[in-house]
Amino acid sequence: MRQSWWKILAIALLVYTLVAGLLMDVPRLPILNETIRALHFHVTMWFGMILMLVAAVFYSIKYLRTNDLQCDDLAIEFTNAAILFGVLGITTGMLWAKFTWGDYWSGDPKQNASAIGLLMYFAYLILRNSLTDTQQRARIGAIYNIFAFAAFIPLIFVLPRLTDSLHPGNGGNPGFNAYDLDSKLRMVFYPAIIGWTLLGTWIATLRVRARRIERTLEDQFLNS
Amino acid sequence: MLKEISILIQKELRLEWRQKYALNGILLYVVSAVFITYLSVGAKAGNLSVNSWNALYWIIILFSAVNGVAKSFIQEHQGRQLYYYMIASPEAIILSKIIYNTGLTLVLALLGYGVFSVILGNPVADQGLFLLNLVLGAVGFSASLTMVSGIASKAGNNATLMAILSFPVIIPILLMAIRISKNALDGLDWSVSADKLLALAAINAIVAVTGYILFPYLWRS
Repeated sequence: MRQSWWKILAIALLVYTLVAGLLMDVPRLPILNETIRALHFHVTMWFGMILMLVAAVFYSIKYLRTNDLQCDDLAIEFTNAAILFGVLGITTGMLWAKFTWGDYWSGDPKQNASAIGLLMYFAYLILRNSLTDTQQRARIGAIYNIFAFAAFIPLIFVLPRLTDSLHPGNGGNPGFNAYDLDSKLRMVFYPAIIGWTLLGTWIATLRVRARRIERTLEDQFLNS
Repeated sequence: MLKEISILIQKELRLEWRQKYALNGILLYVVSAVFITYLSVGAKAGNLSVNSWNALYWIIILFSAVNGVAKSFIQEHQGRQLYYYMIASPEAIILSKIIYNTGLTLVLALLGYGVFSVILGNPVADQGLFLLNLVLGAVGFSASLTMVSGIASKAGNNATLMAILSFPVIIPILLMAIRISKNALDGLDWSVSADKLLALAAINAIVAVTGYILFPYLWRS
């Protein structure tokens, strides 16, 4: 992961997202109007968050199998980056909701579910901080991370589909497929997902490296 | 395996019977909670709207279940846990605890239902669906809470930790149960609730299987 090509790619994609996402022509739709641009900055946050949570679960499982602390570093930092994206996603979503639904918080099932998801991962951070032994913290953190993810999936994918949601694509609201998304929006949307996810990965790997340096320094200090 | 589980469940029952104060305590907890609700809402029997009845009922069941299940790993001290670790497989332990706690949660839910019916009225139109939903809810609550109480017990048996770890995990189950329960209260046809019952059972299965797979790692530490 020390190569630089994907970091350059991340910057290029995000510059493209910002420029094209803000300046390109978008379909004119009632109510949504220009706010449809939130697709590139709000919806992508959730995609990035879920991809990074999957990475965190992957490294948690790997930690349980190998007991290698480096996997734990990756798991916690991917979760941290995912939480950052989640907070950004919920904030951008609230701003968007203010202009389309009229309120910052409308009790939409997806809004509620994402807030609960964040609670879950905040609890994960508190659980980790309450344990002092490094190995035990890593092990129990990994167990809760996997367990929380298993509860998180039905929360965001199944429950909102069983009730009406105000979100586009739910409860009779036209989905993005109905918006002639195929040509214009998709050209920015997919690169934006990749760009944001790469940025999150970059943040996570930087912090993992900082953790490793810290641990090495600590060892040196203890051994000297 | 089956024999091991049944012996472990018998052990749980016997332990509970010997320390009756814990069981009686949690039963009294339910009754007092319902009574406090009754006094705070200030509603006479039948006065409460169906929605509030439903919400209050499930919140009380949630809190009693958290309190009741929280002790499943806490009441046994370290030495005895080590002893179980030597003689029983972790899979048998988690399954026996989940089954036992399902029974406990069901008892709490039924008791709560009884007290609710007496003092706040019983607006349930479809008893069969309501009870089936209680059983499914109890399985879900116990599967997630047993696992979380195992995690919390490793982190110093902190009651706050038990609550913050379990609430978000349990919310999907709680939401489904509340929705089905609402249908049962309104006496809607079963076909309306069928997909929700299925979803609730599926969530239960996901949580239980994850717990079953993860518990051996937790037990070992």
